[in-house]
Amino acid sequence: MTDKYTQFVSRGIGKDVARKLGLPQPVVLRRYQPGQSLVPGPILVQGSSGGADELAATLLSWDLDVRRHAVPREKLGAIVLVLDELDRPEDLEKPVLSAASSVRDLAPNGRVVTLSRTPASAQGPAAAAARQGVDGLLRSLAKELRAGATANGIVLAEGVTTASPSALGALRFFLSGRSAFVDGQLLTVATGEGQLPADPEKPLAGKVAVVTGAARGIGAAIARTLHRDGATLVVVDIPAAGDHLAAVANEVRGTALQLDISREDAGQRIIDHAVGRHGRLDIVIHNAGITRDKLLANMDQGRWNSVIAVNIAAQLRINEALLASEHFRNAPRIVSVASTSGIAGNRGQTNYAASKGGVMGMVRATAPLLAERHGSINAVAPGFIETEMTARIPFATREIARRLNSLQQGGQPGDVAEAIAFLASDAAGGITGEVLRVCGQNMVGA
Amino acid sequence: MSFTGQSATGPDESSTTRSSTPAAGLVRKAVVVGGNRIPFARTGGAYTRSSNQDMLTAALDGLIARFGLQDERIGEVAAGAVLKHSRDFNLTREAVLGSALSAETPAYDLQQACATGLETVLGLANKIKLGQIDSAIAGGVDSASDAPIAVSEGLREVLLDLNRAKSLPQRLQVLSRLRPKDLAPDAPNTGEPRTGLSMGEHQALTTAQWKIAREAQDELAYNSHRNLAAAYDAGFFDDLLTPYRGLNRDSNLRPDTTLEKLATLKPVFGKNLGAEATMTAGNSTPLTDGASTVLLASEEWADAHELPKLAAVVDGEAAAVDFVHGKDGLLMAPAFAVPRLLARNGLTLDDIDLFEIHEAFAGTVLSTLAAWEDEEFGRTRLGLDGALGSIDRSKLNINGSSLASGHPFAATGGRIVASLAKMLHEKGQVDGRPARGLISICAAGGQGVVAILEAL
Repeated sequence: MTDKYTQFVSRGIGKDVARKLGLPQPVVLRRYQPGQSLVPGPILVQGSSGGADELAATLLSWDLDVRRHAVPREKLGAIVLVLDELDRPEDLEKPVLSAASSVRDLAPNGRVVTLSRTPASAQGPAAAAARQGVDGLLRSLAKELRAGATANGIVLAEGVTTASPSALGALRFFLSGRSAFVDGQLLTVATGEGQLPADPEKPLAGKVAVVTGAARGIGAAIARTLHRDGATLVVVDIPAAGDHLAAVANEVRGTALQLDISREDAGQRIIDHAVGRHGRLDIVIHNAGITRDKLLANMDQGRWNSVIAVNIAAQLRINEALLASEHFRNAPRIVSVASTSGIAGNRGQTNYAASKGGVMGMVRATAPLLAERHGSINAVAPGFIETEMTARIPFATREIARRLNSLQQGGQPGDVAEAIAFLASDAAGGITGEVLRVCGQNMVGA
Repeated sequence: MSFTGQSATGPDESSTTRSSTPAAGLVRKAVVVGGNRIPFARTGGAYTRSSNQDMLTAALDGLIARFGLQDERIGEVAAGAVLKHSRDFNLTREAVLGSALSAETPAYDLQQACATGLETVLGLANKIKLGQIDSAIAGGVDSASDAPIAVSEGLREVLLDLNRAKSLPQRLQVLSRLRPKDLAPDAPNTGEPRTGLSMGEHQALTTAQWKIAREAQDELAYNSHRNLAAAYDAGFFDDLLTPYRGLNRDSNLRPDTTLEKLATLKPVFGKNLGAEATMTAGNSTPLTDGASTVLLASEEWADAHELPKLAAVVDGEAAAVDFVHGKDGLLMAPAFAVPRLLARNGLTLDDIDLFEIHEAFAGTVLSTLAAWEDEEFGRTRLGLDGALGSIDRSKLNINGSSLASGHPFAATGGRIVASLAKMLHEKGQVDGRPARGLISICAAGGQGVVAILEAL
């Protein structure tokens, strides 16, 4: 549920009061529901490259209302800024300033998406400067947008075009309500791998997915979202959480596996269950995690070791089993839940941040190991998410934490789940070794 | 007794190769796919506010989640409760309707005292064997916390007559029959209607009759706790149990109990027996709340649903004894049922690899074993040449039993069947044949139901 303050300032007298007092004015975000239109209005495609033309044609083929030129004062659902042929920083001016006049016309919950090329493969300093410039531009624009609108960027690696499956997959994700709480982020498409779904409403049809830590909170939301997207679910949690796990399994029409993932044989047990009961294993979501917060000066062995064991050592061991298995070879997907604490650090969470930083390191290093089987592995780093866990944070601290981002509100477990469902889909097959933040562009960290 | 069975002197040739009932080949197999129960709670504990229907539904939903049975139309569900409210006349069907199963799943209630759970397994397995159904869920539940309390006979008669009275004077006349003592409620108890003795008092007589020592009873109780605790620690129950209302282990389990501690407890049953009073709260089961379920299927159905096949339900037998006239002890019926079942299947006690003898009281298990070891009992009561035989104690209740887990009457059968099926599956083959397990459950009214399972 949207928090009470957001509900209060979203309409009527609360809206007026907040505006007059200069208080934060979060809006109720437009979140994805099956059957929902992709964007809340026409899409303006800015850019004069061949890639821009091709992209506009693709969007048209999706039966979307596409504009190549802005019509003054017409509300726009999204602005797609194609910047795939920048040679010098000066090349930014034309497309960026033509888009600028349209930013005001962006509808509430509208979208800005840039497509640019990775600085890593630039020919010379000028091109690298222009490409890196998009990064700063995008993050700043995201902070300027209001009323639930977001700006995110797609970065194309060498050899990837605006027509590559995962470039289009990422574009659909960023345009849609699935990315409601993703803001100010750049996602690199590394390869031309991947495939757009036959049915955009069921991108995971026919897939068997395992979600760890699925008994409650974000894990339960992930299970629901993957189920909605067509996957068959195996939900995993420790035996002591079995009652909540059973409820989730029954809700998503999947099977419950009561298993402590830190057990030596957890990976094999997961594979055996998925293959034995459902005939295959395509997707593994490493969501299970624990916190045992303490200032480092007061840290003890038990707190340190349990967090490392569950949050990262277990994932590494399970991945080893997956990589060794003949049943995890057909374009498999792994998505891990990291945390913005692992990026920016958090007081009292040295152990947790070490484990979550570890997850990001593991994801980058595992990506090449999955490449030959057309697999991918990515991480999602949630910011402040409204869960039972964050509900226990003292009121003032919680209120500050939830407003300190561009969308001025906490995210929902479902927002994290949407990002994970996208990265688990074949539409994201060309995205690997990435960390996608779902944090509303939190002010802390990068 | 007309029984003339195999002698205990040795199995005949075929018993080691034949693996099923004499009718095998004519009927198909009924297999145990798996089970689920909620932890058992001592009465007045975690489940004080839970009804039988709540607990049975929770146990069902855990089973459904484990095996992905959501929206599945199961052939039939049978379960029951010993302590049952009259409003729960359709307890099992109501639990099915409250679960994630297809609402088109039929269900019936069954009641055979503490043998209820095992009898649901046997009845449904027979339907599967005969091809009447392909899948089934057997189960049982009991709450001594939420026990039904009836009004007294006096008040009940007055209320019924009042309902039939047609005029005000008639009603007043009926009401005038009411006496203060009629207002006292009639709570259920475990006393036998024909003897007035509680089950514990009955067993105390039997325990004394078979001269079962206090130390032997305490040792059995100690082993039950130790074995159950070890099974939990090894993760044995990870796929047999789903937590409920904050409990994730049986609340009666005392992992740290010792023989010394058990020895300090004062006798609670048979106190009029003087020095022969040996039954304490430690070596008797407490009143318990809980529920259990077992998923049964034909091999074809299990395969089609990509589900495991742990063990086959081979055969079952019921017996009853004349305890009213003191011919046998109240809980001694399994002593007769087991030899009959073994003989029908061409087996002896030596052919059994795992024994699950329900621990109503430590004295019950030990009296039964003593009877089987007694030559005279074997000759005069079982019609054998001598004693039925003795069992290897290392094969008995190896993952604990009712003394440690507790005993919610109708739920005990399901607990034992699911656990034994898993143990047999893990054991696999013994001497080139499937591992065999024997279940023995005694019940009120001088009854007993026993069964044989075989590893798959």
